[in-house]
Amino acid sequence: MTTTSPLKRTALFEEHKKLGGRLIDFGGWELPVQYSGVIDEHVTCRTSAGLFDVSHMGEILVSGGDAERFVYHLVSNNTSLMKTGQAQYSILCYPNGNAVDDLILYRLEETRFLICVNASNTEKDFHWMKEVHELGRFACKLENVSASYSQIAIQGPKASEIIQKLTRAPVSEIKPFHFLEDWIAGVSVITARTGYTGEDGFEIYCPWTEGPKIWNALLEKGGPLGMKPCGLGARDTLRLEMKYPLYGQELSSEINPLEAGLGWAVKLDKSDFMGRDALIKIRDAGLKKKIVGLELKGSGIPRTGYKVFNPSGDREIGSITSGTQSPMSKKSIGIAYIETEFSKVGNKILVEIRGNKIPSEIVSTPFYKRPH
Amino acid sequence: MKYPENYKYTKDHEWAKLEGNQITVGITDHAQSALGDIVFVELPKLGRELKSGETFGVVESIKAVSDLYSPLAGKVVSINDSLVAEPSLLNRDPHSAAWLIKIELKDVAAFDSLMDSKKYISFVETLK
Repeated sequence: MTTTSPLKRTALFEEHKKLGGRLIDFGGWELPVQYSGVIDEHVTCRTSAGLFDVSHMGEILVSGGDAERFVYHLVSNNTSLMKTGQAQYSILCYPNGNAVDDLILYRLEETRFLICVNASNTEKDFHWMKEVHELGRFACKLENVSASYSQIAIQGPKASEIIQKLTRAPVSEIKPFHFLEDWIAGVSVITARTGYTGEDGFEIYCPWTEGPKIWNALLEKGGPLGMKPCGLGARDTLRLEMKYPLYGQELSSEINPLEAGLGWAVKLDKSDFMGRDALIKIRDAGLKKKIVGLELKGSGIPRTGYKVFNPSGDREIGSITSGTQSPMSKKSIGIAYIETEFSKVGNKILVEIRGNKIPSEIVSTPFYKRPH
Repeated sequence: MKYPENYKYTKDHEWAKLEGNQITVGITDHAQSALGDIVFVELPKLGRELKSGETFGVVESIKAVSDLYSPLAGKVVSINDSLVAEPSLLNRDPHSAAWLIKIELKDVAAFDSLMDSKKYISFVETLK
């Protein structure tokens, strides 16, 4: 039996309606999938700037004397290297090494970390974190503060110039994966040089109710520079061109971060973290399957769930996790989870589309590389 | 005027225009708008016999795959090749230049069983 609860709305709901956004149910959130069109928004983000409402993302605050010790134990990346003002991508793993979620940590203070998690995983992550917290008797507090923050991403080559019109803080000097606590349009915000598009850009955290103020101020300054609001459709194609993982597709409770190609964010030489022992065993045994990028050489577009076959077509070796036609190259691109022996760049494989096995090739990623 | 009055329509959001014993088939403006940017079209081989409601091809947007269903039974006698090279024509001119196929009908009288434009417009209203 399924129960339908009313869709959650971000503080920007009325703005999306005014802008003609096409609203859909996205994991229980009523959010725009597109405004002007996915391709237009995608190309605009790559050539000018795109504005995204990502307020549905979850935020969890860890604070107290043991905050650093706790996050070090909790996630895969080396949080002890983070200074105040730094952000870091990391994986939250189960003891068996599989992924609970992927996330970004922000070190707000020596003893305060803000953790940004995937919207649909927020409750699950928070429960898992509390479990880990209780087991280890850490002297720190965990709070789900998701309802306190609106989050707006501004991404693209003009992003820095646009924000700079609204603040005195030197935004162009913020290094990638660093942030500033400053003021934009008179609102207290966290401006982080992070994103999910492969473009230069920022993710801005502000008090929930101030979302529309920041959004409209950015639209007003960005509009004349060609910036447009972008929906979840473009957000997905932008991240896909970069082969960034989407939890539930390229990373999941079935796919561990080593298989997902996220080994760079998994520091097995750390003294401990959830999933470390299992991941060491997995690494030592050799990966059976891997996440790869592929390109179709024949007609069609790879889609989630399509089967992938060996070159002779007599054995299934995996499946597509995400696919689309690249709005930049117009090529049919896909991400697939396949047996390691077929995963080398240049290898030929087959993707089954409506009964036909289409010649395809493993390619180097990201699929899109920024000019300059 | 958005939905031509001399066309008939289906619940799968296709239109059909009758000429002699043939219908021209396309997708409606509502369908192209719901799909968004259309980037891929797959059409059947000439001569294929279709049952009423049978899948005869697909249109794909950036985000989604959508099957095409034959409004009536008959034989495929013509396909619009230009769509394969230029799928976005379906977004720009769905009711005319971006027709998909022509079908020689088994039973011309069956054409009258499809929805007229008024009925289709009110059907689309119920989906909003």
